[in-house]
Amino acid sequence: MRLSAPSRWALGLWAALVVGFLILPLGVIVLFAFDASNVQTFPIQHWTTHWFHVAWNDPAVRSALWLSVKAGALATLIALVLGTLVAFGIHRFKFFGRDTVSLLLVLPLALPGIVTGLALQSAFFLVNIQFSLYTIVIGHTTFCIVVVFNNVLARLRRTSTSLREASADLGASPIQTFRLITLPIVRTALVSGALLAFALSFDEVIVTTFTAGAQNTLPLWIFGAIRLGQQLPEVNAVVVGVLLLTAIPLLVAARLTGGERVASPAAPIQPAGE
Amino acid sequence: MKRTTWAKLLAPCAAAVLVSFAALPLGSTAGASNGTPPTQGDPVLTSVGKGEGALNLIAWEGYAQPTWVSPFQKATGCHVSVKYAGSSSEMVSLMANGGGHQYDLVSASGDADLRLIYGGNVRPVNIRLMTAWKNFHPFLRSPAFNTINGHHYGISYEFGPNVLLYSTKSFPKAPASWSVIYSSKYRGKVTIPDNPIQIADAALYLSKTKPSLKITDPYELDSTQFNAAVNLLKAEHPLIKKYWDLASQEISLFQNGEVVVGAAWPYQTNTLKAAGAKVADTIPREGATGWADTWMLATNAPHPNCAYRWMQWVTSAKVQAEQAIYFGETPANTLACPIMNTLLKNGCALYHANAPASYYATLKFWKTPLPQCGNGKSNCESFTQWQQAWTTIIG
Amino acid sequence: MTLAGTLYRRSGAALWRRPWLRGALTLSPPLAWFLVVYLASLVVMLATAFFTVDPLTGNIHHTWTWSNFSQVLTQPDYRSIIFRTVVMAVLVTITDVIVAVPFAYFMAKIATRRVRQLLIVLVLLPLWASYLARVYAWVNILSDKGLLPTIESHLGLPHTYIAYSNTAMWVVFCYLWLPFMIVPIYGALERVPDSYLEASADLGAGSFATFRRVLLPLILPGIVAGTIFTFSLTLGDYITPLLIGGSSSYFIGNAIYDTAINGGDLPLAAALAFVSIVIMGVYLLAARLAGAFEAL
Repeated sequence: MRLSAPSRWALGLWAALVVGFLILPLGVIVLFAFDASNVQTFPIQHWTTHWFHVAWNDPAVRSALWLSVKAGALATLIALVLGTLVAFGIHRFKFFGRDTVSLLLVLPLALPGIVTGLALQSAFFLVNIQFSLYTIVIGHTTFCIVVVFNNVLARLRRTSTSLREASADLGASPIQTFRLITLPIVRTALVSGALLAFALSFDEVIVTTFTAGAQNTLPLWIFGAIRLGQQLPEVNAVVVGVLLLTAIPLLVAARLTGGERVASPAAPIQPAGE
Repeated sequence: MKRTTWAKLLAPCAAAVLVSFAALPLGSTAGASNGTPPTQGDPVLTSVGKGEGALNLIAWEGYAQPTWVSPFQKATGCHVSVKYAGSSSEMVSLMANGGGHQYDLVSASGDADLRLIYGGNVRPVNIRLMTAWKNFHPFLRSPAFNTINGHHYGISYEFGPNVLLYSTKSFPKAPASWSVIYSSKYRGKVTIPDNPIQIADAALYLSKTKPSLKITDPYELDSTQFNAAVNLLKAEHPLIKKYWDLASQEISLFQNGEVVVGAAWPYQTNTLKAAGAKVADTIPREGATGWADTWMLATNAPHPNCAYRWMQWVTSAKVQAEQAIYFGETPANTLACPIMNTLLKNGCALYHANAPASYYATLKFWKTPLPQCGNGKSNCESFTQWQQAWTTIIG
Repeated sequence: MTLAGTLYRRSGAALWRRPWLRGALTLSPPLAWFLVVYLASLVVMLATAFFTVDPLTGNIHHTWTWSNFSQVLTQPDYRSIIFRTVVMAVLVTITDVIVAVPFAYFMAKIATRRVRQLLIVLVLLPLWASYLARVYAWVNILSDKGLLPTIESHLGLPHTYIAYSNTAMWVVFCYLWLPFMIVPIYGALERVPDSYLEASADLGAGSFATFRRVLLPLILPGIVAGTIFTFSLTLGDYITPLLIGGSSSYFIGNAIYDTAINGGDLPLAAALAFVSIVIMGVYLLAARLAGAFEAL
């Protein structure tokens, strides 16, 4: 396909417009973080950095942020282990119900979040589990597994099995093969899967509403603050802070993976056939 | 899909179903009898002991601000954790299902209180341990929505009216009747809360405009009265720009001129006025509903001493004033009024904290619609029907 | 050779000779999680759809009945809620595909390496800004005194007031799920070798023919994968309708939430959830047939 120069320019313009569309609300958030008034409308009458101080010193924000980080880290960790295990399992072994399992593994992301949240909440009530950080982690891990699974499986599909066999032929034990051959191959998939899983967990609000007890993750705090409406600029200030914190790792990650597939769920439905 | 694939798909699912059914508690739980709340006989604390070190609340956002939570934590050693809920019904859900052993207190509004009481999820408190109680407005000491047979299932906290908010540009004079929100003259420029209890506001309006329906209590409606209120609201649907869920939404709607009239709380009025918007509020001649919050004690509260200390703390005049000014409501404690004025210019009057008793008498406070009507009959619509009808109104 | 070393070697060999054991060990932890945590909860909740709730106490009566399903499927109010949600999901999906494909093509085939890196960051960056804050920002943009009318008056364009309407919801949904659509399509495009496209051109096909007959079939699984996200995320969302929807924006997600949490009627909510699962199941089936399940 050889595109003419005008076509390439048109596509470039389209790309610029889409980027503008994606970034526009972020710009609005940044703008209103400096709005002195609680009632956030245009034009902005008074500008201030006051809300950043408020956010920085707000104990509720700090504990919410810390809880989100903890929950995200735990969920991502468990999801990395379980997601990788199931990706390897699906990739390497034929067994009864493999099609089903592939399909079922997609459900946490394919089904609406409110269904997952309601189901988990009902289950926790039934079994009389106290809602805590761990119930939040259970909820998040369930959909984080899917993300890791997709990434790792996609990577595994593109590697040839002969590498593993050659390694075994050369005398390496299964553990050595895993450590020296398989792991380096799937490493980028693990990183991108972990990154996406953490991002999903960090920003998750619907399932978390149903699985949290007397704790607030950052999205829950934000939802509460939006509901109350007294601290809207503070919400924007907090979001700006989070953006600044995460833009840097994102840039670094993009560079490290050479501009390729930083976080790609590939096709979320992975075929069971190989 | 091939037949075998269907089998592959269904077999594990069937297995899961069978396993789960084994775990289901079968057999229905007997419903509480209507007259006596299940926890009426529960013993109350005779004195407040040492704090347990923690306190778990279910509350509205803004009810656990650092301004009064930090000194409380320092003074009592009870570390406060809060679960924020968006509606009274959500609070009932949380308490009914998992609240048994997890939460200590819930700041439910009147529309939820009776459900909590008759569901056995809250227990009586010893009102004598709350010294601020004697300074409460008389109508909030033992109101019908939280006191039954002389047992107090919590302590009243703060309250507010549901007023008619209007743009002074569209209404140079205050509207005299709620009819303005049902009038097609303001099509697309009206807003009311997204809350099934709004059916009571419609019923209140009909009680004055259609006396033939004989509505005496807007929360006790038989099917004829109920259907009339629901039909009024359905007819109103095309006039509504948005059913507001968040106070900030209504503020935004008025600020941007997207609506010109609607049902609101004094909080919205005062915030809009402070931002320079040309609005005002009023209570029209048909009267108004009102909401009042109660801190209720969970039946199996894990930290009862901390819970009592919290109730004592937040009913003190100072905290009542701080809460009132922050959230935009009226304290139950009459001694809070002068403190409100120090926090906000004219704060006390802005929130009607010093209004005469006649003002409060016009408010019909929220209470849970139950099948038992005051007239000895049991044919009134229950809250579940209100919720279902509300879905058909806004759907 | 130490005892540990012997055990290590022996277990390695045993595992190598018994693939079923390896398979079982690999798969049991994740599958156990799925079965016990996710599937069991789902099934238990859906089972309550066959029960009813006592209007006074809110307790569940365990008597088998179809009444919840008949209510949800026959009452016109519920039908219009379901219909409205599905239509919105379809519209959002179609729009996002149209927006994402040219963008992903630019990213994968035309952009230089540095521009591509930058674009990837810019596409993923919104995912790190709170979903709630972004929706609320759109309220600010689309309100009557918001950014959009302000820009329109500066440019002399007629004012469009679309806040609190289904149009606003469509815009916001398209915005929110766009990164989820772009990423799989980009991934699919990336894997199409340039040589295919050049060969097609060499054989005389114009750009559009190449796109239709060479590129599209190759990236279709990626597109369909992306649509699964947009469809399912729109289907179940209740927060966006809450924040920016109008008076006719009551969706299945809102109905489920209100019925379960505000109405305390878990059985009816479960029946609604059942309906949304069936809709999603049908969509997944169609996606499978369209090839999202095929080997990459």
